[in-house]
Amino acid sequence: MNFDLTEERQMLQDTLRRFLRDRYDTATRNTILESDTGMSKEIWAELAELGVIGALFTEEQGGFGGKGFDIAVVFEELGRAGVVEPFLDTAVLGGGLVADLGDESQLALVEEVIGGTSQMAFAHGEPSSRYDLNRVQTTAKTEGDDIVLNGHKAVVVNAEAADHIVVSARESGDRDDEAGISLFLVPADTKGVTVQGYALLAGGRAAEVMLDDVRLPASARLGKAGEAYAAIEARIAAANVAQCAETLGAMETATHLTKDYLMTRKQFGRPIGTFQALAFRMSDLLIEMEQARSAVINAAGHLEGDRKTRESNISATKNLMGRAGRLVAEDSIQLHGGIAMTQEYELAHIAKRIVMADHRFGDTDHHLERFIALAAA
Amino acid sequence: MDLSYSDEEKAFREEVRTFLKEKLPKDLSDKVAGSDGDDLTKDDMERWHAILNEQGWLVPNWPKKFGGAEWNAVQRHIFEEEAAAANAPRIVPFGFSMLAPVLQKFGSQEQNDYWLPRMLNGDDWWCQGYSEPGAGSDLASLKTTAVKNEAGTHYVVNGQKTWTTLGQHANMIFCLVRTDKDVKQQEGISFLLIDMDTPGIEVRPIILLDGTHEVNEVWFTDVEVPVENLVGEENKGWTYAKYLLTHERTNIAGVGFSQAGLNTVKRLAKSEMAGGKPLIQNPHFAARVAQVEIDLKAMATTNLRIISKAAAGSAPGVEASMLKVKGTVIRQEINDLARRAVGSYAMPFASEAVEGSNAGLPDPLGAGPVAAKYFNNRKLSIFGGSNEIQRGIIAKVSMQG
Repeated sequence: MNFDLTEERQMLQDTLRRFLRDRYDTATRNTILESDTGMSKEIWAELAELGVIGALFTEEQGGFGGKGFDIAVVFEELGRAGVVEPFLDTAVLGGGLVADLGDESQLALVEEVIGGTSQMAFAHGEPSSRYDLNRVQTTAKTEGDDIVLNGHKAVVVNAEAADHIVVSARESGDRDDEAGISLFLVPADTKGVTVQGYALLAGGRAAEVMLDDVRLPASARLGKAGEAYAAIEARIAAANVAQCAETLGAMETATHLTKDYLMTRKQFGRPIGTFQALAFRMSDLLIEMEQARSAVINAAGHLEGDRKTRESNISATKNLMGRAGRLVAEDSIQLHGGIAMTQEYELAHIAKRIVMADHRFGDTDHHLERFIALAAA
Repeated sequence: MDLSYSDEEKAFREEVRTFLKEKLPKDLSDKVAGSDGDDLTKDDMERWHAILNEQGWLVPNWPKKFGGAEWNAVQRHIFEEEAAAANAPRIVPFGFSMLAPVLQKFGSQEQNDYWLPRMLNGDDWWCQGYSEPGAGSDLASLKTTAVKNEAGTHYVVNGQKTWTTLGQHANMIFCLVRTDKDVKQQEGISFLLIDMDTPGIEVRPIILLDGTHEVNEVWFTDVEVPVENLVGEENKGWTYAKYLLTHERTNIAGVGFSQAGLNTVKRLAKSEMAGGKPLIQNPHFAARVAQVEIDLKAMATTNLRIISKAAAGSAPGVEASMLKVKGTVIRQEINDLARRAVGSYAMPFASEAVEGSNAGLPDPLGAGPVAAKYFNNRKLSIFGGSNEIQRGIIAKVSMQG
């Protein structure tokens, strides 16, 4: 057994943590949150330069990492600082799917993603799909040499900034079949693509993406026709590792802020942390933090495993993070009292990141059921 | 034991229901249904106050001699339940149910004659100046000072209040101020009525984590307040404040709000699909809803038990603290279920504060800002004496006796 990070990953963690501490303070982030784009191009470029995006791809794909633990190290630091820039959507999801399935000409895009010059999004969820990955009603019809897409993709994070969107669509089969789903690489300026954007509660932006007779050459397809489900599931697994690691980092920040507050805030003549009722609550948070860290290690460590092992660990982790995250977010606010309710205090943003993570790629209930189903299968 | 309402009570409920059906404007109930009323404007709230005043129901808790309806606790409960079910705006409590009882009990005849009618006809909008940055749950440690000038005509007030709810709309504030620093904390506090237009007062907004502006900081720099605006005796303010706090605790369980919230959760879960079926049929989600519904049912009965005791004349004591804790936990759980129900559509920033910039927000379920509401209502267990303070009271009262 060895739970230490490799030297390379340790270096990556140290570099990132230092950079974000210096460059991504609460005031900077609040300015970014209020901007029209919901992100900072400068920060993006600097982080790309530091190798943050390269660490999310394997050597064969042009990066220097790409394993579960690489993803976890990067996103834990992004989460710790409450970073809202869309690394998950551009690199892990959009860029990742192109790297997994793309042909030679499509792979050129991965180079741009790693270099920080291209933004991407993954348009998969639909208004009635909730968290089910197999429920795809957007259609892809072959017309001669062309493919024509029609459908409505819901809450597509980073769609406005993306120059390329990876879109899932059904070429055959029924609404809920795993078989028959394909992926297409769609330039965002393609005729028939409408992006209706909005701000997100926890920072960043998303959009409803309408596909109205979007005509593409057959060469826009990623991988084989109708066989994209396995790749989607694997990428969502990677995204869940990223999301859970990010939440872990955010939970660490929430816990630290709360601990500091309990030791400095005085009521009835003494620090409120000396009141046993509050001290015990804090102890529970610290216990849950250890559970959360172990859960993230489990997910990251099994990302390269066989499907069942991987998915079972992912669902177990996402379920636990949903529960522990809610406890940490809610209790951190409660233990702070009113100040935590104010938008400009750091914890407000961090708590929103933690809770809203439950709404991407499946919440606690969804993954509880999935964990049970996988065990029974 | 008889768990049913009396015939008079049933008739009263019918009367309330008919009134709400006929007089509650649809645009107001639509707003409340969508967001729990957080996006009501000052004008909206004043409009509803005027409608209730015309009916004689604006201040049901006041004695008849001051123009109140003098309803008993059961009647008030029935009204609150029906009003919540009909999505009526809440009555802004600061003047009507917090300051007024203090004035009526401790204020002078002149003060009552002047301020109470102005409250009813909407001339004044009151806010509360209790909390300070250093004095939250430990209210007695407040530092805002009021020193009498040499002529003895005015108090000069200096200091800062915070979490002043809807203070941006108010022209009057009732404040606890320190008039004697050299005595035990609780003994040097006075109760002052202050005109917000007096020079030296500055109101600064506090934006909450869901983007809403409902609370403020109020700063006082050499603010001159006529001595006639002192309520009761100097340095006796703590007694009045404690009296006020017991009045703040009416409808503390929020049964009506929880019931309305639960209906929203069920409506959302009927239209949201999970695994090809309506979410409401999902066993895990259904179990969570059932669990909170069962808790709510029991709490509603606890609430009625306490109300019927109060109607018979005994003042609720530690029970109010119990209802505060249980009531807020249940409401927060329902808010959590609502945000879960809508899946990914919980993520958009749907606060009224960004309405302009977030136009075209997706709302396929008619969900409204359920996630924003979830975050906003974290306040329920913090304000009005946090749940930890309430638990302390329960433990102290029940284990020392």
